[in-house]
Amino acid sequence: MSPRRTETGGRIDRLRTIRFTFDGAPYTGHAGDTLASALLASGVTLFGRSFKYHRPRGLLAAGVEEPNALVTVLRGEVREPNIPATMVEIYDGLVAVSQNRTPSLAWDIGALNQLGGKILSAGFYYKTFMGPVIGPLKGTRFWMFCEHFIRRAAGLGKAGTAPDPARYERMNAFCDVLVVGSGPAGLMAAKAAADQGVRVILADLEAHFGGSANWSGESIDGMPAADWAQRMAAQLAGNDNVRLLPRTTVWGYYDGNTLAALERVTDHKEVAAKGEPRQRYWAIRAGKVVLATGSFERPLVFPGNDRPGVMLAHAAERYVNEYGVLPGQRVALFTNNDSAYRSAVALKKAGAAVVAIIDVRSDVSNEMRRLASDAEAELLAGHAVVATEGGKALTGLKVQRFDAVSGSLSGDERSVHADSLLMSGGWSPTIHLASQAGAKAEWDSSRQAFLPPKPTQRWIGAGAFTGSFSTAEAIAEGRAAGLQAAGGAALSAPLPVVEAVPGDPDPAPVFEIRAKGKSFVDFQHDVTAEDVRLAHREGFVSVEHLKRYTTLGMATDQGKNSNVPGLAIMAEALGKPIPEVGTTRFRPPYTAVSIGSLAAERFGDLKPERLTPMHDWHIANGARMYSAGLWYRPMIYGLPGETVEQAYVREAKATRDSAGIVDVSTLGKIAVQGPDAAEFLDRVYTNMFSTLAVGKARYGLMLREDGLAFDDGTTWRLGEQDFLMTTTTANAGKVMQHLEYFLDVIWPELKVTVTSVTDEWAGAAIGGPNARAILASCVTGTAVDNATLPFMGIVHGRIAGVPVMICRLSFSGEMAFEVYSGAGYGTRVWEALIEAGKPFGLVTYGLEALGTMRIEKGHVTGAEIDGRTTARDLHLDWMLSKKKPFIGSAMMDREGLIAPDRLELVGLIALDNRALNGGGHIVEALDEVNPHDSLGHITACCYSPALGKYIALALVKGGRARHGTRAFVSDPLRNRFGPVEIVSNHFYDPDGSRMHG
Amino acid sequence: MAEYSAFSLLKNALAGNKDWKPAWRKPDPKASYDVIVIGGGGHGLSTAYYLAKEHGITNVAVLEKGWLGSGNVGRNTTAVRSNYLLPQNTRFYEHSMKLWENLSHDLNYNVMFSQRGCLNLAHTPAQLDDYARRGNAMRHLGVDAELMNVEQIKRLVPALDVSGSARFPVLGGLMQPRAGTARHDAVAWGYARGADRRGVDIIENCEVTGFLRDGGRITGVSTTRGEIRAKKVALAVAGSTSHVMQLAGISHMPIESHVLQAFVSESLKPVIDTVLTFGMGHFYISQSDKGGLVYGGDLDGYNSYAQRGSLPIVDEVMSEMLALFPGLARVRMLRSWGGLCDMTMDGSPIITTGPLPGMYLNCGWCYGGFKATPASGWCFAYTIAKDEPHEFNAPFTLDRFYRGLIIDDKGQGANPRLH
Amino acid sequence: MLITCPYCGPRDVIEFTYQGDGNRERPQPPSQDLDAWNAYVYDRLNPAGDHNEIWQHSGGCRAHLRVVRNTITHEILSTAFARGGHKSADNRAEGRS
Repeated sequence: MSPRRTETGGRIDRLRTIRFTFDGAPYTGHAGDTLASALLASGVTLFGRSFKYHRPRGLLAAGVEEPNALVTVLRGEVREPNIPATMVEIYDGLVAVSQNRTPSLAWDIGALNQLGGKILSAGFYYKTFMGPVIGPLKGTRFWMFCEHFIRRAAGLGKAGTAPDPARYERMNAFCDVLVVGSGPAGLMAAKAAADQGVRVILADLEAHFGGSANWSGESIDGMPAADWAQRMAAQLAGNDNVRLLPRTTVWGYYDGNTLAALERVTDHKEVAAKGEPRQRYWAIRAGKVVLATGSFERPLVFPGNDRPGVMLAHAAERYVNEYGVLPGQRVALFTNNDSAYRSAVALKKAGAAVVAIIDVRSDVSNEMRRLASDAEAELLAGHAVVATEGGKALTGLKVQRFDAVSGSLSGDERSVHADSLLMSGGWSPTIHLASQAGAKAEWDSSRQAFLPPKPTQRWIGAGAFTGSFSTAEAIAEGRAAGLQAAGGAALSAPLPVVEAVPGDPDPAPVFEIRAKGKSFVDFQHDVTAEDVRLAHREGFVSVEHLKRYTTLGMATDQGKNSNVPGLAIMAEALGKPIPEVGTTRFRPPYTAVSIGSLAAERFGDLKPERLTPMHDWHIANGARMYSAGLWYRPMIYGLPGETVEQAYVREAKATRDSAGIVDVSTLGKIAVQGPDAAEFLDRVYTNMFSTLAVGKARYGLMLREDGLAFDDGTTWRLGEQDFLMTTTTANAGKVMQHLEYFLDVIWPELKVTVTSVTDEWAGAAIGGPNARAILASCVTGTAVDNATLPFMGIVHGRIAGVPVMICRLSFSGEMAFEVYSGAGYGTRVWEALIEAGKPFGLVTYGLEALGTMRIEKGHVTGAEIDGRTTARDLHLDWMLSKKKPFIGSAMMDREGLIAPDRLELVGLIALDNRALNGGGHIVEALDEVNPHDSLGHITACCYSPALGKYIALALVKGGRARHGTRAFVSDPLRNRFGPVEIVSNHFYDPDGSRMHG
Repeated sequence: MAEYSAFSLLKNALAGNKDWKPAWRKPDPKASYDVIVIGGGGHGLSTAYYLAKEHGITNVAVLEKGWLGSGNVGRNTTAVRSNYLLPQNTRFYEHSMKLWENLSHDLNYNVMFSQRGCLNLAHTPAQLDDYARRGNAMRHLGVDAELMNVEQIKRLVPALDVSGSARFPVLGGLMQPRAGTARHDAVAWGYARGADRRGVDIIENCEVTGFLRDGGRITGVSTTRGEIRAKKVALAVAGSTSHVMQLAGISHMPIESHVLQAFVSESLKPVIDTVLTFGMGHFYISQSDKGGLVYGGDLDGYNSYAQRGSLPIVDEVMSEMLALFPGLARVRMLRSWGGLCDMTMDGSPIITTGPLPGMYLNCGWCYGGFKATPASGWCFAYTIAKDEPHEFNAPFTLDRFYRGLIIDDKGQGANPRLH
Repeated sequence: MLITCPYCGPRDVIEFTYQGDGNRERPQPPSQDLDAWNAYVYDRLNPAGDHNEIWQHSGGCRAHLRVVRNTITHEILSTAFARGGHKSADNRAEGRS
């Protein structure tokens, strides 16, 4: 038995020993211990180092608010930094290490920072490190030099870089009543709501339900409160309409009564069971929420209050009553309120010597005096602690007479020999979730605390959360809240009877003892009371300025310990009441949340993959794939030893020489149907579609409302009221939404429906001089000759027995056809076309060859329709109908959109016969050293097998007028400079004789 | 002797830090000023500073409805860059960059501008071309830009997943080496102190409730602290622009106010030493000097004045973060917050005279306002002093939308949530 | 945020796509009144308060909804189908704060 472990008590299992290591040294604890309680039981006093001064620190708390004892938990290579030791449940084989110390926790070189003392006051960074105004270190250099060292000194734990093998899970949950917190109030609320038959979720961030009942030492209904809580939880567990979530922190209160919670499913286990995630992220949509989140005990601010061994009083009670660990053998208490007397009695009962209770109040009630004598403690009323002694562990403290009204000290210092000092500066309700929900907290001057605001969402408070600190009140409020939340009528049945140590909930308004020495307000960030006063002197007096200037409340505990004391010190400096200084609004999360849990299933699987029906065929046939948005498309079908350029040149050349086939299934496809479909298309496209004959297709252009080009594609008239629209791959979703918006919101009178059918059709484009012959050899049920299937004609037939729709249209500039079949038959039709093409040397080609042939033709794609170009810029003004208004027609002629210096589409030929690069710029005068005066840029480029040259499409200022002139490509990023000729974008077969055939 | 220096720190430390002066005074408003700047955020304060410094106009009041710097200057992800596509934007932001590079000296206040670079990751060949277009555009305006290959990127950010097996493999990236981060609050405080030392009155807790007029001309404002007259009234109120313009009788503006969330992790030892953006979504990240990872993503996507965000964006941002850094799954998000973004119809700002006589308007910073702080104030001060725009802000007129002279870096059209 | 789609019931905001200010009035197509077009395309009321706006249930039935939502509290006051051309879903919809 370790020196600090009590013989009995607590809910640890003394029969089960757990072995773990901390900083490499082996330790043991018991099942039910946290890392904090197990180390404390082993006599460890030093748990961490502070952020700035690297001061030695022990445990301040026993729960989530612990600011000092942060550790990194290791699981193999995977690191989890910055976890409070108070929240780590030990398991066999646990490996934990301390942080922010070099070389060790006991001997930390960073502690030299303490010598900096007053120079390293709040805001000192802003006043120095600016360096000289002239010379080699001017500008930002000097600061960056200093920063290099500052960054290495700062930071807490070290993040891992090995991928986390754990799985994270997300659950969406719905309930009528969510109860947050399982102390007496929460348990009563959950029980009352459950009894009404509604769906209840009860969540608590601790491993065990019961909250303060687990350590208060009180009794409820004649049994120890901890047992009562266990019985309540067991009753709730038996209800089908109740879901219990232990180890679950409700961390965010979002709009629409949506709450976010994190369940730590296996963090406390040596090995996760099969299928268990490490953590589970709950998004809970609750009808009503009962906030029974309890309260935090506040530290007192006095010199040396950060010495290892100085702890919150209730935390000591928790260590004693929950874990059977005494924080010290000789204990002193320092308080401004009654609750510490209960702590004193608890410590005494567990076997500690309570040497003194130092109370800032001189008028201590008789009840409290009796408790002090029960604890056999000397009561020093009207006294305060003015110093603590010891290095890495407390050895004693000094007290002086104190006047709570004036804050003045008097008389001689007196030494008290103690190895543990327990402090209580009053209690702050845990109002974080209520504040997140959107309202501002209100100061209560008798409780000396911020109380929850009026609800802005559908929540009801209960217990200490509302400032009702007694268990009896919590039980009454809990039941009432649960009933109210569940819509039940008030009950007259008697409430459970509480036997508790009495006490006045109101503390004396004393937050700080001003004496010589560093008094800490924010422990982790080393913000002292003097720092707060310095902020005041420098005018950083609003609460937000205080926080930002001193970093008070910005540490991992997010001000849970420091907010109110910090405000109180500022209020005193200002001579204003605390509420006039304000309080900061709490924002999610309540406690830090792992990023893995938030990504949940999307961790390792960010976005869906879209694959065309012929995807597997492409892979099996050597295609190199290219990611295009969510799609994957073949880039080239390379032969062994071929470069990308060699492959696409071969593919494009073979297509122009004989025939090629490409998968175009990714094109957006929208069925536009109904009596007004033609009228609708006339309004949507710049050109006419009502004049299109059934069985014919037409190329169309859409503008946005602001008159700029939006998307293009062909639309096929399959019937009088039945059109199939195709869009670019990238814009399929946007076009669909565009059409739906106009039909639903602007023109509801039009009888048209639009349906996305992208995934219903597989598409193959086959082009080249032999394309028709190939089709003729495999299509049944229709002829494909010029008369039956003229340019832009559509026929229906079968390939390999599969019904297909064939439209004769061309992107490559060759005699070409698009063959559509049901998606499930895509590969069958594709393979049949390949087979039929064999005698003709049909090649498969990828996006590179597709791009090459479109560049040769001067067709536009998303690189040119980039959201900034007009139809005119792209030489598509011939498509702007003058016979009808269309979307964008009223706006397209504004002065900025017809200015002569706009970027216009041109073709480029590299005169030095070297490859051009996409994104290269065009200049009139070459200056490789200081490039300037860009005329525009290359949107797409290739080697053109048809021309035997490197060519490109480009958007160039006043491009039309520059045809036939010389310019230079200027690409300093890739050091590619050289002469080009500006030509028309229609490089190849400009009159279209090949595709008209 | 500069007021702030290593020497003064030492001297004051020896005196127990009792002699430090307030960073700025807390004066009561006077009855009238030459110029009133509405909005005590970064842009309003820098405007006042440059009015005093560059134009000798010191009879200036900055009116702030809450606490100074309570807007976006104190709730952003601190990135500073000038890596724009369109020349109007690049010229302006590069001017800002140059001011940043000397800002700490200029203000005698360390704003901790750290030029650790900004790297835009590319994940498709088309995206690499896009970035090359942008980088080359920058180089043709004398702005630094480089393409980085995967090996260089891996060396710069070892924690990044550059494996080919990633859902969106990294193919390369566009780096602006001179980009970086700054300590956001310090920028507000430094400008406030600088303006104050030059005689500007900075008046906090003073909300404008209406405008004073003489005929059509704006001649002052009514506030929660009384009426204040001025020859010129300048607005720099970001997300509140529509509201304040409505007080002046202008009911509609080409602006929507949206909420943008930002996040910070618990403090970590250095792991990311640059500003990084993801190309297949919307995600950006850097690490502060204190060690917190500072990151964000897309707008929540609807009009909001609430400074509070929604869960779907939280989930999206975290997912994108882990797509880049699968090793950071156990790092924990410590804080999140929301800022109001005054989104314009083309994603570019407005700095102009008018639209009413006696009024000057600075708004439309979308979510790029922090890096613009120096140039925004500098150009706005010029515009107020000279009654005409400087060439850097001449394109950023209010009527450009109507005339089709839009400056649309993202090519999204009049759809503010997409800029 | 939960939006109640008249078809599908209350659904999380993630299922919806915001389509902006519902007060905008599109000029009749033949109109060449550029001011009216400019106002429609570019100008927004952008109130801090109740806002009449269009949302599409893009992850559901794909209907467009006219929603009155408070931009300060995010409280949703009413939802209705946009189809039918009613400019506002109720009398608070002009968007004054």
